[in-house]
Amino acid sequence: MPAVQETVDRVRQIDVDQYRYGFETDIESDKAPKGLSEDTVRFISAKKNEPAWMLEWRLEAYRRWLTMREPEWARVHYPKIDYQDYYYYSAPKRKELASLDEVDPEILKTYEKLGIPLREQEMLAGVVRPEGERRIAVDAVFDSVSVATTFQKELKQAGVIFMPISEAIREHPDLVKKYLGTVVPTSDNYFATLNSAVFSDGSFVYVPPGVRCPMELSTYFRINERNTGQFERTLIIADKGAYVSYLEGCTAPQRDENQLHAAVVELVTHDDAEIKYSTVQNWYPGNSEGKGGIYNFVTKRGDCRGHNSKISWTQVETGSAITWKYPSCILRGDNSRGEFYSIAISNGYQQVDSGTKMIHLGKNTTSRIISKGIAAGVSQNTYRGLVTAHRKATNARNFTACDSLLIGDKCGAHTVPYIEAKNSSALFEHEATTSKISEDMLFYCVQRGLSPEEAVALVVNGFVKDVLQQLPMEFAVEAQKLISISLEGSVG
Amino acid sequence: MTALLEVKNLQVRVEEREILHGLTLTVNPGEVHAIMGPNGSGKSTLSHVIAGKAGYEVTGGEVLYKGEDLLEMAPNERAAKGVFLAFQYPVEIPGVATMNFLHTALNAQRKARGEKEILTPDFLKKVREVAKSLNIPQDMLKRGVNVGFSGGEKKRNEILQMALFEPALCILDEMDSGLDIDALRVAADGVNALRSKDRAMVVITHYQRLLNYIVPDVVHVMSKGRVVKSGGKELALELEKSGYAQFDDAA
Ligand SMILES: Nc1ncnc2c1ncn2[C@@H]1O[C@H](COP(=O)(O)OP(=O)(O)OP(=O)(O)O)[C@@H](O)[C@H]1O
Ligand SMILES: [Mg+2]
Repeated sequence: MPAVQETVDRVRQIDVDQYRYGFETDIESDKAPKGLSEDTVRFISAKKNEPAWMLEWRLEAYRRWLTMREPEWARVHYPKIDYQDYYYYSAPKRKELASLDEVDPEILKTYEKLGIPLREQEMLAGVVRPEGERRIAVDAVFDSVSVATTFQKELKQAGVIFMPISEAIREHPDLVKKYLGTVVPTSDNYFATLNSAVFSDGSFVYVPPGVRCPMELSTYFRINERNTGQFERTLIIADKGAYVSYLEGCTAPQRDENQLHAAVVELVTHDDAEIKYSTVQNWYPGNSEGKGGIYNFVTKRGDCRGHNSKISWTQVETGSAITWKYPSCILRGDNSRGEFYSIAISNGYQQVDSGTKMIHLGKNTTSRIISKGIAAGVSQNTYRGLVTAHRKATNARNFTACDSLLIGDKCGAHTVPYIEAKNSSALFEHEATTSKISEDMLFYCVQRGLSPEEAVALVVNGFVKDVLQQLPMEFAVEAQKLISISLEGSVG
Repeated sequence: MTALLEVKNLQVRVEEREILHGLTLTVNPGEVHAIMGPNGSGKSTLSHVIAGKAGYEVTGGEVLYKGEDLLEMAPNERAAKGVFLAFQYPVEIPGVATMNFLHTALNAQRKARGEKEILTPDFLKKVREVAKSLNIPQDMLKRGVNVGFSGGEKKRNEILQMALFEPALCILDEMDSGLDIDALRVAADGVNALRSKDRAMVVITHYQRLLNYIVPDVVHVMSKGRVVKSGGKELALELEKSGYAQFDDAA
């Protein structure tokens, strides 16, 4: 049909080279020798001045990793990764920093270019801010180290600990020891085990009982160095009755070779506590021929350990050459609740295999999954989900809705839901739709004056609205822009 | 005086099949033209080609808008220059609030014309006024574009946009279908309020009744892809009595 042919032609002209964050920061760095060995692990641990128990933990993970095999079940294809060809540690050359003023100006400029305010005073003095607007504390991770964490004092007053995990290991070893690896064990999976051995930095958050964190917390991850893997580790604990909302953003320079990002995120909520975790993932997706881009192999899991606790994941995934990621919830406490809201966009040659696991263990546990996949170009977009109810999980409830939107006819959307109820009182609902972006819809918009790009962005933003609404305001606006940018070139 | 719209001997194919076989039509500023004709005679096809919908192959003839070659322009460019089509079947756009859609579209048009964006308070004021005159409740504007709108509400939403964008050429494709008597009167009043000496309208309809409310200057009868007869408003009455059969030979 001619009308469809036009879309196909438009899609052919796809150009994902429009990545706006692809610049490189010229800065001297301090690297571990290339490759991976026990020495590398020791090097990293020494760099971080870690206590002996931490080094032992890492080495154990490393030895286990050597016995494991890379998973192959995901619907993604890539050449074999040579793990000896990466640097596992890279830090901007600078001594320990006493304050933000000592951060290398080049790095500050990088974050500025990315639109991330690191300087508290600037943030506060910033353009006229509406009354009551939430402020955001930022932890900025540049390659393997955290370079700046803002609002530390104010958070401390509230009793909230928000610091690079490398610091937390030294300053709050008991807390770290108590929780690290208890949600994602070192033996969990190939990439998580690798991360356990070589993780370099990431954020640590502890919100004490009864405290509602006074501001949004956020971490911006930036991979800068060539041939470097980024292995961050994040651990967030909301103690009884606590609440925290945490945001995470990621970008990387444009490079021809693929770079590995294998993070682990662990969340723990105790009785009546809640963690809201939002991600806007915009790693470099590779160029229009599918060259380069980040391999995003990430393990994220939350443990609703206490009664009435809640963990909510919201993700906007627009970047990476390959995304392999299943933020999950273990609903252990009775009446606990897990949520997963996802927008996954793939364009060009991107491959996304993402979804969630909701493991219902406690009584009256509920979960909700809303997934919106958008595929354009020659990309492949898979939703993979698992919902299980164990014998004791009486009255477990799940609602899942997976909608896929196709732009053009060279891309694919796949839905792979697994459902397992070992309990007859469990009630699981699943809805799935796949639709093509309709020519009539686009024509309606252009007849009203929108350009074809604006029309696609508008229709797609409408499609993902349910999920966008879950994001904190500041991120929702950013995500909306990002969606438009990542779909640029998907129409003429 | 240059005509606002000049369609000359237009031939159009859809999927290898010719639908318009040399259609000619001239519309001057200030005029209201009605096009009547049996199902499948090509009325919507004509409106789509004028608005620039993909999938139609123009194999002959030309379409001039204010003397310029309309077929050379991108559809959104046509919109910005004042070509408006009220659709026979307006589509639903889930998740996009009507208000937001109107605002985005209006600003896109203004930007294309090199005008400044409309300020939000001015925009809201304008929308409220127009919506009120068309009996469109405010909460309808908060809903997704046409999502869950009744047939009549969809049509009123088209007229609302027409009033908001102030186009020079309005093509109304069966705006009366699905409207009850009261809604028809309100919508027609909305259209009449927009009649002006610089603006022209092409009203496509099957029913003479609409033309009691929107009184045309010229009535065309279309059959099998051509205009087979043109006349004054009496022609509509005549058609009502005798039907289209008489034109079958002419076509
Ligand atoms: N996309 C298409 N593919 C195939 N045929 C088409 C297409 N669009 C229109 N046609 C055909 O062109 C002819 C004219 O259709 P059109 O919709 O223009 O008629 P109309 O006069 O508007 O009819 P109605 O009064 O029912 O609205 C019909 O025979 C229709 O089947
Ligand atoms: Mg029609």
